[in-house]
Amino acid sequence: MKPPAFKYYAPTTVEEALALLAEHGYDAKPLAGGQSLIPTMNFRLAAPAVLVDLNRISDLSYIRAADDGGVRVGAMTRHARVERDALISARAPLVHETMPHIAHPQIRNRGTYGGSLAHADPAAELPAVTVALGGKVLARSQRGERWIPAEEFFIGLFTTVLEPDELLVEVALPPLPARTGWAFDEVARRHGDFALVGAAGVITLDDRGRCADVRLVFMGVGEGPVVAREAMNILKGEEPGEEAIRAAAEKASQADIDPIGDVHASADFRRHLAKVLARRVLTKAVERAQS
Amino acid sequence: MAVRYFGAKIKRNEDPTLLTGRALFTDDVDLPGMLHVAFLRSDYAHARIRSIDVSQALKRPGVVAVYTAEDLGDYWRPGPLLVPPPPVEGIVFNQRTQVPLAKDKVRFVGEPVVMVVAESRYIAEDALEDIFVDYEPLEPVVDIEKALEPGAPLVHEDVGSNVAAHVVQRKGDYEAAKAEADVVISRRFFYDHGLAAAMENRGYVAHWDPKAQFLTIWDTTQAPVVIRNGIAAMLGLSESQVRVIAPFIGGGFGPKIMMFYQEEVLIPWVAMQLNRPVKWIEDRRENFVATTQERYQIHKAEIALTKDGRILGVKDVFLHDTGAYDPYGLTVPINSQCTLLGPYDIPNYYSEFTAVFTNKTIVTPYRGAGRQHGVFVMERLLDIAAKELGIDRTEIRRKNFIPPDKFPYNNEIIYQDFAPLVYDSGNYEPALDKALELIGYEKFIKEEQPKLRAQGKHVGIGVVCYVEGTGIGPYEGARVRVEASGKVSVATGVGTQGQGHFTSFAQIVADQLGVDVRDVHIVTGDTAQFHWGTGTFASRGAVVAGSAIYEAAKKVREKALKLASEILEVAEEDLELVDGYVRVKGAPEAKISLGELAVRSNPLRGAVKPGTEPGLEATMYFGPERGATASGTHACIVEVDPETCMAKILKYVVVHDCGKVINPLIVEGQIHGGVAQGIGNAFYEQIVYNEDGQLLTASFMDYLIPTAMEVPPIVTDHVETPSPLNPLGTKGAGEAGAIPTAAAFVQAVEDALSDYNIEILEAPLSPNRLYELLHKK
Repeated sequence: MKPPAFKYYAPTTVEEALALLAEHGYDAKPLAGGQSLIPTMNFRLAAPAVLVDLNRISDLSYIRAADDGGVRVGAMTRHARVERDALISARAPLVHETMPHIAHPQIRNRGTYGGSLAHADPAAELPAVTVALGGKVLARSQRGERWIPAEEFFIGLFTTVLEPDELLVEVALPPLPARTGWAFDEVARRHGDFALVGAAGVITLDDRGRCADVRLVFMGVGEGPVVAREAMNILKGEEPGEEAIRAAAEKASQADIDPIGDVHASADFRRHLAKVLARRVLTKAVERAQS
Repeated sequence: MAVRYFGAKIKRNEDPTLLTGRALFTDDVDLPGMLHVAFLRSDYAHARIRSIDVSQALKRPGVVAVYTAEDLGDYWRPGPLLVPPPPVEGIVFNQRTQVPLAKDKVRFVGEPVVMVVAESRYIAEDALEDIFVDYEPLEPVVDIEKALEPGAPLVHEDVGSNVAAHVVQRKGDYEAAKAEADVVISRRFFYDHGLAAAMENRGYVAHWDPKAQFLTIWDTTQAPVVIRNGIAAMLGLSESQVRVIAPFIGGGFGPKIMMFYQEEVLIPWVAMQLNRPVKWIEDRRENFVATTQERYQIHKAEIALTKDGRILGVKDVFLHDTGAYDPYGLTVPINSQCTLLGPYDIPNYYSEFTAVFTNKTIVTPYRGAGRQHGVFVMERLLDIAAKELGIDRTEIRRKNFIPPDKFPYNNEIIYQDFAPLVYDSGNYEPALDKALELIGYEKFIKEEQPKLRAQGKHVGIGVVCYVEGTGIGPYEGARVRVEASGKVSVATGVGTQGQGHFTSFAQIVADQLGVDVRDVHIVTGDTAQFHWGTGTFASRGAVVAGSAIYEAAKKVREKALKLASEILEVAEEDLELVDGYVRVKGAPEAKISLGELAVRSNPLRGAVKPGTEPGLEATMYFGPERGATASGTHACIVEVDPETCMAKILKYVVVHDCGKVINPLIVEGQIHGGVAQGIGNAFYEQIVYNEDGQLLTASFMDYLIPTAMEVPPIVTDHVETPSPLNPLGTKGAGEAGAIPTAAAFVQAVEDALSDYNIEILEAPLSPNRLYELLHKK
């Protein structure tokens, strides 16, 4: 379990990193927390010729209040910091609630928000939660920069729209409207494992208690975060009572996802778990929206 | 009077060294000029090797040598059979042992095919990618039932079938008992036991000194003396030219006593070939396929009872997956066969098994060593019988316990040590009673469970009993010596992998010689220090080596008393050993230190009497006539979420009887570790092969060992029924924690889900499998 030889760069500024990515293109791979990339290299499943280590770019580690009432997170911000950050817990409570589910404290000390999004593991929590919140990411290259809605960022298994010369530098999470509730839950074999299925729900009620907006996003049941549109449509404009939530959860598990089976859970079991989790997170989100 | 250490809950002597990172592990050995090895392993479960091209690898800078089976010449030969089959009438046993590097054919994924030696492990691994092996894939043997069908592909063509062994053992007449039974229950059980996943993988470092003509090997083995003798013979060296050091080892659990591993045979050989030190450290990916494992058995079992719940007989016919080779003989299935009877008085037993060759990693004992399988079948049969007969599950067990006055109790079949399966001693009810009290059985059933059920919670309780054959022979030895400093050194031939030998052995000696336990220095696992021994396995270290140490210490004590008596001119019976001195009882100022006695016993001038041995030293051996039978009860409370199919163990109780306890802290630690592995086996860990014989759970991402988050608080207590078979009265404690855990767990899960009326006949039970059972899929 030793990686093949590679070139290693440790730039201290974003500009240097972008220059390295521009120079090496597909041969280069940015190294963030290394919690996925390093094992992958040791297993020789990935063999990048060039590693661009981002850990010395201190400018990429921050959590800031945004003018719109949301929050901006630097790509290299460690999970452990996000987990304990007061601004996150005030402005993005769904993220706060999700953090303890991500692996173990040791891994959260190294892993980064941007790294998790860019790696795009279909069972990872932060991609699903960022999509559920309607977040967006800022990608920079020597060619310029662009904002990408999280929902459009993930395009397949471990695949995003990032070009090889682009670096994910920031995540923007919008503010939650009034009368909005949220919830995250997952089922994992052991505490800290990648979940068999996870679900994030965000519900905004109108002044008559009906669903003005609903977001339900799954992880572990597709090639990336899966937005449960059919289920969301069932609830939109409706009063989110027990029956409606049940119907939405049922719909989500049948129409919105197409899970595959593996050694830990069959496709059928994953569908079942998706239904259970959808019901649980939607119920909790509604409770929070109402309170 | 000095402290008595035997039975005292004292902290471990070895822990300061271990906890401050000063202990030597095999990978810490770093010698000048050392070369590193990587193995190219088979990607196929079953394939013919048409050709191997290593020419590109040899050209890579930093590569020193590359070997295939052909390059080994006469050194290529199948490994020895470690444990011959027991003398059971009519036994069939087909011996096929592993080879150093595969020749002509590969038989499991991970089997070593080519050995690369290079200046670094990185280069060696790079060179593996330069090698081309032309394989002709063959149909693999994966499923043990299909493996026995006519026309099945064969793992070893020359055997003519995939039968590795067939054994029938009988006690009484089961069919006659069945004819008189009120109730007969039969079921098919599946029990899969996984891999040890020790913290430290295997590793070997060999150093050949051509001037001294001396070979030193650092080896993560549980049996250094046996390795030394075997390697010396293979290499044509005298045993005195080889030193095997088994330093601190990060967990053994059985797989590290598989002898001889392919790499274990090759590393010393290549060090001699190249005249340079050579190191190979197994990485985790290799460990999943190359280190031996346990595997599954399929039991078709039947129990015959009277309507009041008395067992008349048991019949069990099972298949055992032995993997691609069977170097460890039949220890695992024999243990299953012999442990199934448990603590119960069963007059009639018919047990038949077939061990089956498959294209998978070799199966050898791993903590529990087949005992789990037997215990699971028996305990499940009793659970089902209790339900069918309307008897409380604890009552049916109590009713069938062997009564204390029936010991020694003869089960009339042959055990793994080739001796008849005779339980030396036991008293099972007190352990059951204590466990029921600690788990709060009555209160749980009558008050708590109904209350929780009313709240919509699914919480259940499990209570199971077991015995464990431990402390088998043949023998161990020890040398105890008082040094001039007054400190005591002890050497024994067993290896140590975390069992606390540096403390428990020291406690035995300290009591005999009246010294502080910290002044007793134990050496294990170094053949330069002790020449004889078999190894640490079968929960035998404390029983067998401990007894040898006791006998040797007693002899040193006698020598010290005799010499002191001469010097002090006081009769021996008026002397005592306290605080490092021999002193006169009632006149403690008349004393001589043990160190002084050691000096006097080894004079530099003058004469000693004829027949006198120099030094305060003795070497003694101990071999029990047969194993000592430990026993106990496990109980647990489990909460299940029937929607997510996740289970959480809320409380776990073990009441254990391992005879006289040397150090309760160490026994508890052993039990806790065992229960953790048992919980892994019950709900988390499963080795999954696909139909091509590829291991799908080849990393810790997919092979789920329980972490601190999954292991509940464990309450332990002891019952002490001394063994009459050794001077200490001890029985083994190493495996008990792991043996009945799955049986306890599934009973509790079934109980928690009693309104769903499911029957769990398998372990491990995964959430996915529970989902299928609940939804009748």
